[in-house]
Amino acid sequence: MSTLTTTPSVGSRARRARGRSSTIARVVVLGAIAIAFISPIVFMIVTSLKTRSDATAVPPSWIPNPVSLQAFASILAPGTATPVLQWFANSMVAAALNATLVVITASLAAYPLARMQFRGKNFVFVIIVATLLVPPVILVIPNYLIVSELGWLNSLAAIIIPTAASAFGVFFMRQFFVGLPIELEEAARLDGANRFVIFMQVVLPLAKPALATLALLAFLGNWNDFLWPVYVLFSPEVQTLPAGLSTLQSANAVRYDLLMAGAVVASVPVLALFIFLQRFIIEGVSRSGVKG
Amino acid sequence: MSTKVGERVLPTGRARRPSASEPGTRKNRGTQQQGKATPWLFLAPYLLLFGSFVIIPAVLGVWISLHSWDYTLPNKPFVGLDNYIALFSPGSTVFGPFWGSMRATGIFTVLSVPLLLIVPLAVALLMSRKFPGRDFLRAIYFAPYVLGVAVISVLWRYLLDNNIGLVNHYLGLLGLPDDTAWTTSTPAAWVALVGVTVWWTLGFNAVIYLAGLQDIPIELYEAARVDGAGPWMQFLNVTLPGLKPILSFITIITLLASANMFGQSYLMTQGGPGRETRTAIYQIADTGLRNFQMGSAAAMSYVLTIFLMAISAFVFYIFREKQPKKEVRS
Repeated sequence: MSTLTTTPSVGSRARRARGRSSTIARVVVLGAIAIAFISPIVFMIVTSLKTRSDATAVPPSWIPNPVSLQAFASILAPGTATPVLQWFANSMVAAALNATLVVITASLAAYPLARMQFRGKNFVFVIIVATLLVPPVILVIPNYLIVSELGWLNSLAAIIIPTAASAFGVFFMRQFFVGLPIELEEAARLDGANRFVIFMQVVLPLAKPALATLALLAFLGNWNDFLWPVYVLFSPEVQTLPAGLSTLQSANAVRYDLLMAGAVVASVPVLALFIFLQRFIIEGVSRSGVKG
Repeated sequence: MSTKVGERVLPTGRARRPSASEPGTRKNRGTQQQGKATPWLFLAPYLLLFGSFVIIPAVLGVWISLHSWDYTLPNKPFVGLDNYIALFSPGSTVFGPFWGSMRATGIFTVLSVPLLLIVPLAVALLMSRKFPGRDFLRAIYFAPYVLGVAVISVLWRYLLDNNIGLVNHYLGLLGLPDDTAWTTSTPAAWVALVGVTVWWTLGFNAVIYLAGLQDIPIELYEAARVDGAGPWMQFLNVTLPGLKPILSFITIITLLASANMFGQSYLMTQGGPGRETRTAIYQIADTGLRNFQMGSAAAMSYVLTIFLMAISAFVFYIFREKQPKKEVRS
């Protein structure tokens, strides 16, 4: 966990001593909460490495005895009714394509909203932002019919394309573009470049951090989406991991070793993304609030 | 569609670059010289998706709700407001289940929102001053959120298992009752659903609060201290007013998120015991997409939406800006 050393405080010398002890108290409290926060995730991983009987043993133990990959071997084996490996591949493909679509369409749409004057601009922007406040529930039933009409039911298209209409993405990218200095774009204009070339060669390279943040948030959102996939993907072989976990749970109600192994498989990519790119994710989230 | 709305200037656009250039040229900077079609070409791919999967469904939903729309039957007769009337007629078959689910959503929202507003704020306040390891702790608090509702629900159903779960085991060690049926009895199920949700999303709200706290100028605190304000007075007179815009944002998104609760109930309690923890979203999805009574489900979704919009409007009203709008930070 974290160290308990303190940095010299910036306040007056009189306050420094008091500041140090209060910092220690602060870190102790926060550290205790942090341990409580992380332990369920640790226990999930621990259980996934247990044998079937060890996983339900009383009292529960924090150390698998023996350490076993049996649960993973069993859920990842080919030919089961709960094809976890296939779900993993489906989730990857869906989340990656969805994030790509979100980034492309949202950044393209955000650019004229940030930088061009045209009739209807504010109308379009207001409508897009207004839908941020519309509860997604009213879209579920009609979208089911639309997706069914398009022949996308029970296929990955159903979870890749409809959710790619990200109002948040447009809003987020527009805010970013508005904050960019305009001089580079003006210089490119004077050189005779057209708007699309400017967008591709001048604006997008500057927007890489925002694009990465948006891509990450879209990927996480799609990877973790639950309600929609549960209802539109009904065959085991097309499900994504969250929908699949639900199937796995109904099939193995108390096989906690298998359920935890499945949960670990569903968590590994997002936890890895989070560990390596947490700055982008957390800053993306915190900025969404400041802007809202 | 009226173009009048289009003429209105958004508050976000106004405060930008306040004195960057002389008046007159500002409007044209970087905005002139483009074909009429250019902006629409940029917008086209997004608007295609947005129109197809947001605007059309929002309108189509109304249409569906005015029909006896069974997905599995060829005839979908027009029934006017019958689906809505049924929702408000105590004798109808949908009345009990629908309002029962609205009640469940209400209970969950009332229990979870205050906790999700206060606890993350407390954590953010503890973290607002720099100390070694702060970013690390912030990441740990945030971590549950990246796992998604399916993972956390399956995980917690295990931890909350009455016989072999970790939670009851540790409660027993503390000398407390160790046989609580966390997922199959109320009120324990509410404690479980709310507790798990707080664990899951605390970090998300804390991160937003933290960003807001860092935007409050340190001079305000110093001035308050000079005036003799203690920590509590500083919190009331500096922190809370400074957080106002963030507070309204967090209140709204937390309310909407809680009112849209589905996965926790679906996976942890299966809506039980009985139908007690079956939320409105659960009921709507099941009615429309499991039993294919789409007309009724669409009507339910609009009733729920009207509730949510009324509550959102109320929150906006409470938090409305009384003083002139401050400059928007970039």
